[in-house]
Amino acid sequence: MLEIGLAHYLTLAALIFTIGVFGMFLNRKNVIVILMSVELMLLAVNINFVAFSAYLNDVTGQIFTMFILTVAAAEAAIGLAILVVFFRNRGTIAVEDVSTMKG
Amino acid sequence: MLIQALAFYLFAIILVASAGMVIAARNPVHSVLFLILGFFNSAGLFVLLGAEFVGMILVIVYVGAVAVLFLFVVMMLDISFSDLRKGAMQYVPVGLLIACVLFAELFLVYGAWSFVPGVEQNIAVATADFEGVSNAEVIGRVLYTDYFLPFQLAGLVLFVAMIGAIVLTLRVRPGVRKQIVSEQQKRKREDVLEVVKVTSGTGV
Repeated sequence: MLEIGLAHYLTLAALIFTIGVFGMFLNRKNVIVILMSVELMLLAVNINFVAFSAYLNDVTGQIFTMFILTVAAAEAAIGLAILVVFFRNRGTIAVEDVSTMKG
Repeated sequence: MLIQALAFYLFAIILVASAGMVIAARNPVHSVLFLILGFFNSAGLFVLLGAEFVGMILVIVYVGAVAVLFLFVVMMLDISFSDLRKGAMQYVPVGLLIACVLFAELFLVYGAWSFVPGVEQNIAVATADFEGVSNAEVIGRVLYTDYFLPFQLAGLVLFVAMIGAIVLTLRVRPGVRKQIVSEQQKRKREDVLEVVKVTSGTGV
């Protein structure tokens, strides 16, 4: 209990990831909170990477964390830009209406 | 050891609680603020793991850029968030079921998992090679040598994202008097100015 091992970090990451997945169902219409849930899931992956990196004494996990951070930042920027354009065109951000954009 | 355990549990409990509040808060502004709290606590966890540089980068990138971007969008768009929550509860049982199954699966994997024998041979860049070098310097030495091409590609990803965000949100509004520099430069004196000789006693 007091000895903090790899399993503690993995369980924590699993919890965060699960909360992120559940958040997508809980806020099914609100794209902003869905994007935040995606950020939570990426954070869980980052925790896994850094925990393995620390316990295997390998720097590569931390390097990969930085690439995940890059992708997360790009994803947030593009997602929010699409959201702003969508809101400008339709006046709402409800995800159900997104299907009308096709075709 | 006790202090380390206490710090881990403090950071972990606040992280899980704030993650729960991110998805449960009624007001998205509160969601973003809880997201920031969660990122700060995970940065603390990274520092606890000895990955100071990644922890600080997390604070700078996530709290300084991504969360502020979210805050901007949440406050800029005039959305009735109460309408968005209507009817959302019908998906909660399915979501809970999937979340429980997912967590159980992950928990089983973590419970029955162990390192393969000889995992030490698979280490790509061992931290033991960098004795007495700070974490940031180790990452710099590895990132700019072994991972130089992925590093450049990450920069390309960010560049494309930047161009994409600008192109998506750029709006050309009609009826706005904008400065067109090339038009100004093309203007010649002969086009717009006429010198008229006026003799006295007569008009122009």
